[in-house]
Amino acid sequence: MEIEEFALGDSFIHNMDPRAKIVAAVVFSLVVALSHSLQGVAAAMLFPLVLIALSGISLRKVALRIAVVNAFILFLWLFLPFTVPGTVIFSWGPLDVHREGVLQALLITLKSNAVLLTVMVLLGTSPIFSLVHALSHLGVPDKLVHLFFFCFRYIHVIHEEYHRLIHAMKIRGFKPGTNMHTYRTYAYLVGMLLVRSFDRSSRILAAMKCRGFRDKFYILHHYEMKNYDYVLTASSVLVSGLLLAAR
Amino acid sequence: MIRLRDIRFKYNSRYILDGLNLHVRPGDRIGLVGPNGCGKTTLSHIIMGLLKPESGDVEIFGKVRTEESDFREIRGKIGFLFQDADDQLFCPTVLEDVAFGPLNLGKSPEEAKAIVASTLAALKLDGFAERITYKLSGGEKRLVSVATVLAMEPNVLILDEPTTGLDEETTERLIEILTTSDLTYLIISHDREFVKRTADKVLQIKRGVICEVC
Repeated sequence: MEIEEFALGDSFIHNMDPRAKIVAAVVFSLVVALSHSLQGVAAAMLFPLVLIALSGISLRKVALRIAVVNAFILFLWLFLPFTVPGTVIFSWGPLDVHREGVLQALLITLKSNAVLLTVMVLLGTSPIFSLVHALSHLGVPDKLVHLFFFCFRYIHVIHEEYHRLIHAMKIRGFKPGTNMHTYRTYAYLVGMLLVRSFDRSSRILAAMKCRGFRDKFYILHHYEMKNYDYVLTASSVLVSGLLLAAR
Repeated sequence: MIRLRDIRFKYNSRYILDGLNLHVRPGDRIGLVGPNGCGKTTLSHIIMGLLKPESGDVEIFGKVRTEESDFREIRGKIGFLFQDADDQLFCPTVLEDVAFGPLNLGKSPEEAKAIVASTLAALKLDGFAERITYKLSGGEKRLVSVATVLAMEPNVLILDEPTTGLDEETTERLIEILTTSDLTYLIISHDREFVKRTADKVLQIKRGVICEVC
């Protein structure tokens, strides 16, 4: 699993203060998500595109990730143009394509891609743990931060455990099919993963207690805002402000 | 330092520890062997206060410990190495993981960083500080786990199956680290060869009590 594949580069976007990135991404995403102006959202698309160009992350990998999300959006295009009432612009047998429906599908497509790209280029370019630290510096409740962090840290371990179980099933000749045996086996697999994860979490807590853990995490790294961090935050706020004005 | 008296512990309605006594004195290097499921790990968890015995006294550093708060005091002074390094290493980077213990003991970030640097250097793990813990190899994970425990400057070390999954080279390094230290330790292991080379005294759990092997 390559969760952090974009975090390995070394552009000024990568080196930016993660707090600035989080604030910029949140402000931008909120405004884009709430906007109703098609032109505004289309213009807002420029923001992540410029950032991607500056960060130098692989366009191929970005396209691959975007494709997955857009597969879901494809379903909107299958329904919205035909179901949203309005001016008919095209008729195809018994089906009428409505202008309003097309515009709405387009708006949703642009919005999702703008937000997705921004989050990818801003947050994806920071290692998870610096995001975790940034979140706690920004005053996000400890419990949420820890939850986010442990999810990430142990997703890898659980993933490995999952593969071990799958392999164990395969070497004993398991072939999935559409039958009760397959469903039962998969249920066992999920159940086993849950039980093992629970056991592991108890062991981790025990290990932490043995090293003097008392429900409090201490932060070792501290961040310092630099000029370009302010520039990024300001530009995100500016783009968002323009969007608001465009309404 | 550690004194267990008449410990009884039931697991699945069977007493796996049944009137067990153990005494660890300063300077002791004890190996604890025994078949699977004989209660070796259970015993170590009782010492750390992670499990509560049904009856018997756990006396550590001259005081009988019963409550969670009693054990909190001693956890910094007894270093405990878990069987699975993935349980022990949970921070993103080696630096943070090794600093976790010292920070919990009330050290400042600067002091903690200095301790990390000297601990890693002592274990010949220089340059590991910024490595990502889950990307380390099995042997590296084990050695870093040892670092996380030693960084707390414990008086006693308890190691639970430290050689599981280790190659010969890493095992040799672990033996060297242990035998050249002046720590008191208790090693729980199946690995007779490892125990023979690191321990002065070998004990065995048989039918819920401890008996000396050699």
